[in-house]
Amino acid sequence: MRSFKLDWLILPLLGILLVLGGWQAVSGRKAARKDAEGKVVSEERVGLIPALPSVVETWQASRIYILEPFAKRGEMDQGIARFTWYSLLLVAKGYGLALLIGTPIGFLLGLSKVFTKTFDPIIQILRPVSPLAWLPLGLVLFLDAGKEAGTLGALFTIAICSMWPTVLNTAVGVRAIPQDYLNVARVLKLSRTKTLFKVLIPATLPYMFTGFRLSLGIAWLVIVAAEMLTGRPGVGGFLWQEYNALVYEHIILSIITIGLVGFILDRLMSLIEARFKSI
Amino acid sequence: MSLLELSKVSKAFNGSPVLCDVDLCIARGEFVAIVGFSGAGKTTLISLIAGLLRPDSGEVRLEGRPVTGPGPDRGIVFQNYSLLPWLTVYENIALAVDQVNPAWDATRRREQVERHIAMVNLTPARDKKPSELSGGMRQRVSVARALAMDPQILLLDEPLGALDALTRATLQDEISRIREETHKTVVLITNDPDEGIYLADRIIPLTAGPGATLGPSFTIDIPRPRNRKEINHDPHFKQLRRDVTEFLLASRHRPHATVTRKLVLPDIEPEDLNLPRSPQGGRRLPRRSHEIREEKVEIE
Ligand SMILES: Nc1ncnc2c1ncn2[C@@H]1O[C@H](COP(=O)(O)OP(=O)(O)O)[C@@H](O)[C@H]1O
Ligand SMILES: [Mg+2]
Repeated sequence: MRSFKLDWLILPLLGILLVLGGWQAVSGRKAARKDAEGKVVSEERVGLIPALPSVVETWQASRIYILEPFAKRGEMDQGIARFTWYSLLLVAKGYGLALLIGTPIGFLLGLSKVFTKTFDPIIQILRPVSPLAWLPLGLVLFLDAGKEAGTLGALFTIAICSMWPTVLNTAVGVRAIPQDYLNVARVLKLSRTKTLFKVLIPATLPYMFTGFRLSLGIAWLVIVAAEMLTGRPGVGGFLWQEYNALVYEHIILSIITIGLVGFILDRLMSLIEARFKSI
Repeated sequence: MSLLELSKVSKAFNGSPVLCDVDLCIARGEFVAIVGFSGAGKTTLISLIAGLLRPDSGEVRLEGRPVTGPGPDRGIVFQNYSLLPWLTVYENIALAVDQVNPAWDATRRREQVERHIAMVNLTPARDKKPSELSGGMRQRVSVARALAMDPQILLLDEPLGALDALTRATLQDEISRIREETHKTVVLITNDPDEGIYLADRIIPLTAGPGATLGPSFTIDIPRPRNRKEINHDPHFKQLRRDVTEFLLASRHRPHATVTRKLVLPDIEPEDLNLPRSPQGGRRLPRRSHEIREEKVEIE
């Protein structure tokens, strides 16, 4: 029990405290320069990294966003939960698109050697392309959509960047189906559709969900870049706006939010994945 | 006319022959055991009968018609548990029943499934997933699934190979009982001559590979029901066991593979302290042996 608490509570807390301490140590603070009479002449920031806001400054500047998470004061001035919600909505759409396109491609790759030989090279080439490279193309593709161009471009970017783990894991899963299951289908003379739904898909589900989890991680990674470049309201858009507005505390707030949300999403997907792995 | 007939069936994988000129005739209602070493090609043989593999030459015929592919008229129990792990016992069997008898109404199909679950004494486990079952129970489900398709012939590929001795004995008796009840034609693949003789009407050894073929067929004239304890003292049983085992051992015609390994001994021999020391050297000094010996190691 003691070691359980140590592993799950004390050590992680210690880690967080150490990082906060290090952050505080290197961050800058305000120092006033005074003249002989004690009047403040000018204010400047001193410290190892003068521009880096300290822990306390970050908290003070961010508390209104955290304590009123659903507030809406303006288009780009909303509670952090509201921004997160916008980002999640966009991610959900792009991610859904990625799964809809990626899963069938994965099945084709797993089932057909010819398909693999034809398309594997192009997939390997497209896979490492950064979201920052896709986004401009996305915006160009949907130029005619007018006001929606940003959203559609972002969706395109999320989908095309996040679908690869789903594609590849599904393909691996299909190839890993034991010959015995396929033999059962053959002996029973199951039709192609029945074989797909009664044997291939259930047998591949654990692999598919590993792909889905990795894809979700990437989709969340991409959202920030997409929002930054399109200026949509959301965590990433907020981050970029506050950088331009020189409110560096809010950059840190956004980073922490993005990290936490990404972590929670990954945990949730792991839970679902574990359910399918247990069969 | 025989129900199943193999004539001059040969099969090779990537140019290396596994089965050569296999001939086999099985009459309707017969229980035939085929016994052979592991790796001899038993699974290959049963896959050819099931239609999962096509022979390179020769022909497999069922009721006189050439076998061109797998089908539910040949119920097969695979060596590895091949139950679908995401389906329950009931669903696994129902998948087969529903597929084979699409014309039946739901009640009749359900009864067929339930009856076969009961036949292998698994009614209490009908809603369990295969992962919740022991190895013996899983193989019983496989047998039930194969039988529920109401096949012409039941093919069992080492169904009890992975089970412990006690479970094995129980399932042997169960297979025997089910066979008495259903009068199915059965081909049992096994690596245990005793099991084959205990269960079957005929036992045929498969020679050791590569290029294995079926040996002579030994008829088992031991009356049924057979008793596991008594059968061990039955002179006919003992004779059969000896004959089959001897045939199998003799079929391993290849000499054992050997490797020759050079043993390099230290190039020096110990001083013999019993001999008198002599200034010229002589016997007392350490001698170079320049001796290299060979050792033969037999590999089983
Ligand atoms: N699909 C295959 N491809 C290549 N070689 C195979 C294949 N199936 C079986 N073999 C080879 O054929 C031989 C016989 O295998 P198998 O029929 O499984 O033996 P058994 O069931 O008697 O243990 C083995 O040497 C095995 O390596
Ligand atoms: Mg085998």
